[in-house]
Amino acid sequence: MPVEIIKDNWPGGVRTVTIGATAADGGTRQRTVTVGGEKTLPFLSFESPMPHRPVVAMEIKDQRPEDWSPLLLEAWGDVVDDPVDWAKAAEAAGADLIQLSLSPADLEGNPNTPARAVAIVKAVLAATGLPLLVFGPGQADLDNELLVPIAEATKGERLVLGICEDKNYRTIVAAAMANGHLVNARSPMDVNLAKQLNILINDMAMPLDRIIMDPTTGALGYGIEYGYSAMERLRLAALQGDAMTQLPMLVTPGYEAWKTKEAKVGRDVPPEWGNWADRAIHWETLTAVTLLEAGADILVLRHPESVRRVKAAIEELVIGNS
Amino acid sequence: MALSGIQIYKLLPQTNCKDCGYPTCLAFAMKLAAKQVELSLCPHVSEVSKAQLAESAAPPIRLITLSADGHQVKAGHETTLFRHEKTFVNKPGFFLRVSDDHTPAAIQAQLAPAAAYRVTYVGRELSLDGFAVESFTGDPAAFAAAVQATRAVAERPLILISRQPAVIATGLLVAGDKGTLIHAANPGNWEAMAALAKQYGAALVVQASTLEELAGLTEKIKAKGVEDLVLDPGARDLEGVLVLHTQVRRLALKKNFRPLGYPLITFPGDTADPAHEAMQASQAIAKYAGFIVVNHFEPAVAYPLLVLRENIYTDPQKPIQVQPGLYEINNPKPDDPLLVTTNFSITYFSVANEVEGSGLPAWLLVADAEGMSVLTAWAAGKFDAEKIARDLKRFNVTDKVRRKRLIVPGHVAVISGELEEELPDWEVRVGPREAVDLPAFMKQAL
Ligand code: B12
Ligand code: SF4
Repeated sequence: MPVEIIKDNWPGGVRTVTIGATAADGGTRQRTVTVGGEKTLPFLSFESPMPHRPVVAMEIKDQRPEDWSPLLLEAWGDVVDDPVDWAKAAEAAGADLIQLSLSPADLEGNPNTPARAVAIVKAVLAATGLPLLVFGPGQADLDNELLVPIAEATKGERLVLGICEDKNYRTIVAAAMANGHLVNARSPMDVNLAKQLNILINDMAMPLDRIIMDPTTGALGYGIEYGYSAMERLRLAALQGDAMTQLPMLVTPGYEAWKTKEAKVGRDVPPEWGNWADRAIHWETLTAVTLLEAGADILVLRHPESVRRVKAAIEELVIGNS
Repeated sequence: MALSGIQIYKLLPQTNCKDCGYPTCLAFAMKLAAKQVELSLCPHVSEVSKAQLAESAAPPIRLITLSADGHQVKAGHETTLFRHEKTFVNKPGFFLRVSDDHTPAAIQAQLAPAAAYRVTYVGRELSLDGFAVESFTGDPAAFAAAVQATRAVAERPLILISRQPAVIATGLLVAGDKGTLIHAANPGNWEAMAALAKQYGAALVVQASTLEELAGLTEKIKAKGVEDLVLDPGARDLEGVLVLHTQVRRLALKKNFRPLGYPLITFPGDTADPAHEAMQASQAIAKYAGFIVVNHFEPAVAYPLLVLRENIYTDPQKPIQVQPGLYEINNPKPDDPLLVTTNFSITYFSVANEVEGSGLPAWLLVADAEGMSVLTAWAAGKFDAEKIARDLKRFNVTDKVRRKRLIVPGHVAVISGELEEELPDWEVRVGPREAVDLPAFMKQAL
């Protein structure tokens, strides 16, 4: 019996965005990463091939993250004491990109300073050839204070600077524009808020191909369905031709999943939760794979085993294109 | 797909007799198309037209119900491609597969922990839905023994897997109940399989290597009077499953294409690697599977998959919530501490489970925050000093709680000043940010 395959024919598509710059383009990266360019919903290769496969960024910190799950500290070992070693280990673990997250204070409790942050970013850039995302501690004032000098000190590298929110986008966007960087525009799981932030950033004359959109997500069990649907709706809007949603999406399943009790804690939990280490990695990978299929272009993860698994899943999903 | 008013009109007697209460058949047809009236109002409509109208009104994806010992698993009746448009309705059933090349004792040992598995998430008890028995040996007797062993430990619906009708027949005989699922009818064996499905009142998976072949086969089987069908389009990898499931769901919903208007079954367990199996199963949850058959059971993977299924099948308009009010944990006395939180289920259970686990008695005021988390509710103005004070009075907290001290979540420390103003004779204390730290906080600080 004949079956008519229904192909959606979308008027719009996602822009491509390139992260990192090689020497030829004024940076020092050994390679760059290009994401976006989709003209269909995720991985529907029978409609149109996916021009750039989604990528995995590995999150590292500027110092030993005392509040991370012991499982993560154990998996990484001593490298967590030195961001340079950690960056190399992340590259060796198969990361496509590195996300360096800055802490609000050093291990003695002194507030982080621009001088320290700049030195660490430069050292990490020297240690790895991968493109870099640099995220502030997530407090608008401190983010501005640290990210502006970092942007200046790394001019031309096409870093992604985050977190750029409605509260502080002006300062970060200005610094990114003046120094040839990109921004990660984060909004709280809402199509209209995401769109509005992109408009505000674009109004400052930031080209759209230097904005990554971060719609925020929740972990499995803790609101993933809100993030999932916000992403599906944003991607549908992009395909329907809404220019201010046509940006690649970044999400942080690593951060969200490892915040949950299920991943973080091994003691005093119900026995039905099963083996801790296995559960924790499933928590991170299942959060990631679910968001991948909702349209994520960049997944920021924390555990090396999760990176391996999620990259294998991406490989299998794009095979249809080859 | 629903018929238009004009299409319906063509099926009516077109006599404009007004017996239905409408001036013309066309007016009545328009009302029918808008689903505002029932066809039964027209006493003159022919049997042929009735059947056609009923067919067009049937849901685009047929509902399939498997059952055993009072347990039911349903699949089908979905109406959307995207969960934000309308809630996905029937959660895909999880089935664990065993093979008949093991002794009955080994099968029972393998199944017992999975059959007994229960895990609680936001107050709901979650478990596997059933078991799939596969004929590996091809020997009907071995298969019957395996089915019997499975039945003995698992009072849940079964899927029987073999290409050989003779093997399936012995399994069905042993399985007994009506709500079993047979896997699978294919272009070579479909007539015998359809006959078995009919004889035993079983549902039947139809398997083929292309959608064309699959559609042709379901029509032939339907013509034999077997309509409780499930589709196995054959893919076993992430890309193939995504593409085929999307195509089948689109054809059913957008074209009302009846030959593929059935639930889908998928086999993540066919991948050898349990880690990969888990990712495939997670894809199947969001991407339209009706039945998911896995080969490995471990609580560490069953729990996240069952939670993901709850999340994806949540009503997108209405957060899962608990009743606001004053809750008692561990039999509190009037002088025991009082905590406040919101009525979003995830929030409430995070807090309640920690307090309960600590063994310390406490009162928990669950404020009506319209089902939002602490920070979301605060940002939306649903969990501020005024609202908390309102609920403290509304639920007559002081009738039971003597000590006027209220612990607020660490994430909303900013409201403590205003709360002290709203509740002048109360002491307001800021608790930890995360519920995990509550037991330690309660032991040390309260
Ligand atoms: C899911 C979510 C939503 C969902 C709603 C889910 C729901 N039913 O509440 C949606 C998408 C609808 C949403 C909407 C909004 N959201 Co929202 N959302 C989230 C998200 C991702 C997760 C929230 C969550 O479920 N957490 C899990 C629960 C369990 O956490 P919790 O309630 O805080 O409980 C924990 C603790 O507080 C503690 N605890 C709880 N009770 C108690 C009690 C005591 C005594 C103690 C000691 C501890 C304690 O225990 C729990 C576990 O540790 C967060 C960001 C994030 N990743 O955290 C943003 C977030 C909360 N949202 C935010 C905002 C701004 C909004 C909106 C205003 C914006 C918008 N998107 O339109 C709206 C407001 C809603 C409206 N007007 O309708 C902001 C709030 C910022 C701020 N600090 O004010 C956040 C932080 C995102 C951000 N970074 O910007 N959101
Ligand atoms: S009762 Fe039937 S035949 Fe008579 S007007 Fe109504 S629709 Fe037409």
